[in-house]
Amino acid sequence: MTRTESVRLWLDERLGINSAIALAQKKEVPEHRHSIWYYFGGMTLFLFIVQVTTGIMLLLYYRPSAEGAFESVQFIITEVEFGWLIRSVHSWSANLLIAALFIHMFSVFFLSAYRAPREMTWVTGVALLFICIAFGFSGYLLPWNELAFFATKVGTEISGVVPLVGRPMLRFLRGGDEVTGATLTRFFGFHVAILPAITTVILGVHLLLVQMHGMSVPPGVEGKEVKKMKFVPNFLLRDLIGWILAIGALAALAAIFPWELGHKADAFAPAPAGIKPEWYFLFMFQTLKYLPAKILFLDGEVVGIMAFGLGGLFLLLVPFLNKEPGNTRRKRVFTIIGALVVAFMVIMTIVGYVT
Amino acid sequence: MKGRPVKLILAVTTLCLAAIALFWNTSTSSAQQAPNSCVRCHAGLDEKLSDSVRLFEHDIHKERGLTCTDCHGGDGTQDDMKKAKDPARGYIGKPSPAQIPAFCGKCHSDAALMKKFNPSLRVDQVQEYFTSVHGNRLRNGDQNVATCVSCHGTHGIRKPDDQESTVFPMNVAETCGKCHSDPQRMSAYPIPHDQYDNYKSSVHANALYEKHDLSAPTCNDCHGNHGAVPPGLTSVANVCGQCHGRQAELFRSSPHKAPFEEKQLGECIRCHSNHAITPPSDDKAGVGEGSVCISCHQSDKGFAGAQRIGGGLEKLHHDIDAANVQLEKAEAAGMEVSKPQFELKEASDALTQARVLVHTASPDEVEGAITPGLGIAEKSLQAAQAAFAELAYRRKGLFVSLFFILFLAALVYLKVRQIEGKYPFAKAA
Amino acid sequence: MEPNETRGPTRRGFLNYLLGTSAVATLGAIFYPIFRFMVPPAVVEAQQNSVSAGKVNDLAINSGKIFKFGSKPGILIRTQSGEVKAFSASCTHLDCIVQYDPGSKEIICACHGGKYDLTGKNVSGPPPRPLDEFTVNVKGDDITVTKA
Repeated sequence: MTRTESVRLWLDERLGINSAIALAQKKEVPEHRHSIWYYFGGMTLFLFIVQVTTGIMLLLYYRPSAEGAFESVQFIITEVEFGWLIRSVHSWSANLLIAALFIHMFSVFFLSAYRAPREMTWVTGVALLFICIAFGFSGYLLPWNELAFFATKVGTEISGVVPLVGRPMLRFLRGGDEVTGATLTRFFGFHVAILPAITTVILGVHLLLVQMHGMSVPPGVEGKEVKKMKFVPNFLLRDLIGWILAIGALAALAAIFPWELGHKADAFAPAPAGIKPEWYFLFMFQTLKYLPAKILFLDGEVVGIMAFGLGGLFLLLVPFLNKEPGNTRRKRVFTIIGALVVAFMVIMTIVGYVT
Repeated sequence: MKGRPVKLILAVTTLCLAAIALFWNTSTSSAQQAPNSCVRCHAGLDEKLSDSVRLFEHDIHKERGLTCTDCHGGDGTQDDMKKAKDPARGYIGKPSPAQIPAFCGKCHSDAALMKKFNPSLRVDQVQEYFTSVHGNRLRNGDQNVATCVSCHGTHGIRKPDDQESTVFPMNVAETCGKCHSDPQRMSAYPIPHDQYDNYKSSVHANALYEKHDLSAPTCNDCHGNHGAVPPGLTSVANVCGQCHGRQAELFRSSPHKAPFEEKQLGECIRCHSNHAITPPSDDKAGVGEGSVCISCHQSDKGFAGAQRIGGGLEKLHHDIDAANVQLEKAEAAGMEVSKPQFELKEASDALTQARVLVHTASPDEVEGAITPGLGIAEKSLQAAQAAFAELAYRRKGLFVSLFFILFLAALVYLKVRQIEGKYPFAKAA
Repeated sequence: MEPNETRGPTRRGFLNYLLGTSAVATLGAIFYPIFRFMVPPAVVEAQQNSVSAGKVNDLAINSGKIFKFGSKPGILIRTQSGEVKAFSASCTHLDCIVQYDPGSKEIICACHGGKYDLTGKNVSGPPPRPLDEFTVNVKGDDITVTKA
């Protein structure tokens, strides 16, 4: 017996790894003209791992208090070796992660990969979307700079307009009525403990379900004979190319477009002009700006928030609203709605940047 | 008798009510009293004659319980105009300009009286007034000069700390300018009428009107309120020195003091002007265009000294700006340079110090402040250059690592092709 | 068969060799910054909230000294009675740096003659507000200044 084989035997006797390895070797990925989208789930996962790694490293120097947060980030990017790199990678990767996540989600949507038996994969996926956005929102405040302070102020203010639960939700998020050091500490807790714990569970279920059900094949290709690619090593190696290129992209972004720090937050200073949230919130922010002050008897803003909330709910329920095999007309309706939503988000985001 | 107690009660009640009505009417303050005959009559007249009633509503004297007759005399209880305006009843009427100081001074120079209303108010305004140019001319028969009412108004007189008062610091210049900027009015006098315009272009006006700094001087701060007189040429420095003490002190002990006094040159104003005081630029020192030194010094020791001073200021200013520009560029490129930017502020402080020391007219003193500033500016510039060097290093590092990363990605791609038996790893035929 | 037997393995072997070395090199390029990041830098802490401002014995009785508090100037004063006080040194009028006048035992601003007393209160001249006072802790000989 070779060294490798004896090691494997030892591990199998204690951890039962052979069955896992067998599963991995059996796993296959269909090859068709929409296969390219299969890579985006893995890319999202990879970028998430980059976030966890760089995040843990930043934790070694970061101080989660109003007095120390800004200075500690300043310290990281000026005094700590490669601190500038780790911090910029963390900030850029957050954006790339959310972009990859959107691409992953919309590709699953348009390819109807959520249809039975993969409904729960979709539901856990949507939950992960909300969690990642929460990661982004909570992490953004942590440098405690001007931009972050006001973005959080505006963002939590918006959550407060939801009827009934809005006010308690605002107080829960802010740790009080205003954005203060208490908010910072609380967001830190969300960002490094609560959200990671929840993610571990939900991501675990999501990945497990993906392994269980295998890769979905788009309805157009279903039934036809498709070539299959082995997951190990073929698909994985291709995945690896993407991940290596992602590392390159992150390094380039960090070196050429370092993430700004700006000025320390001052609660008493007026909000800087032209304040905008991060790009993934921009389309909602811009839409709210265009709503009239009053729609029927309700505040325009409240209607907007509720509409987005309903949108989120609709997103969650997509597999249950568009069951397969269903009528093709419904499917077309869903595809059109999806396309309109994407167009709306893209246009509003561009408008938000240009105005 | 049966009805007597009832009748008694009724009578007493009526008497009480009448008494109350009577006392109520008479015990109200004069402000709530039925207006006196002056107001009743004048309120119904046309604009010019009813102005006084309207304006008096907001007058400080009204607030203190005074009324028309307290200043103008006469009898406000008389409806008949002749009786109300009877000189025998003390009626003074509208005083002429020459009579105004005494008219106001009747109360305002009476210490015992003023104590009753505002114990901390001065009572020597009239006395001061007659030391002023206005007061002296008035005494000599010129009724066109300013008197109390020219500045304070006639009927709508407010306290000087009331924002709407004509003598509130932000309104003083306009009030003085009402006469002093009027070419026709000032044509009779040997002084120019551009002071107001000059003042408005000055750094003091900017501080007062734009920055709302109430400690900035306006006309009365340098000329006095009631004893308004332009400071004598040899005492200008004392006036400016009220706020600019350091510069005044340095000037006094400088080699300029004696010659300025000898030649009767206005101390501060010779170089800085009196009303149109612009923010001093470094050009004022030195020997170039805009220099004030060369108006006296042509090729003497003073000229050489001015050259050194101007040169030093210019160099430091230039070095600070250069460092700032580089630091801002570094910041725009994403580098964190807040510490060197702060340290550069110390160099700006040194420049401010040096500029103040110009008043010693001593190049050695000025250079004493400039040299450390130059050192700091140099350090800041080096910090900016270090930031750029770091940026360049990062880019180099990036290109090297990108090369390896892309190389690795290409290799993995080739591996994939090899595993799948594609070109250039074709399977055996 | 033969051409591939000689070319295939060497080409594949070469690829594996290249892949191996460049994978190691890239991993090294990734782990090197991670490792260097974790090693503590020379300056150990971000000191902005409390600054060590020198030694008591370096500050003569009835004298003042300017020090840096983070990104702002501060003034350290040793009073006649030996007490150490610290204030923000930015004059509240137009931001000039103030100084201590041992003669009048006041803090003065040379720019326009502003004066503050030893509680930081603006007592004369243009300054509209008092100077912010810092908390001073003296341990042995070392002075530490903290934001109040």
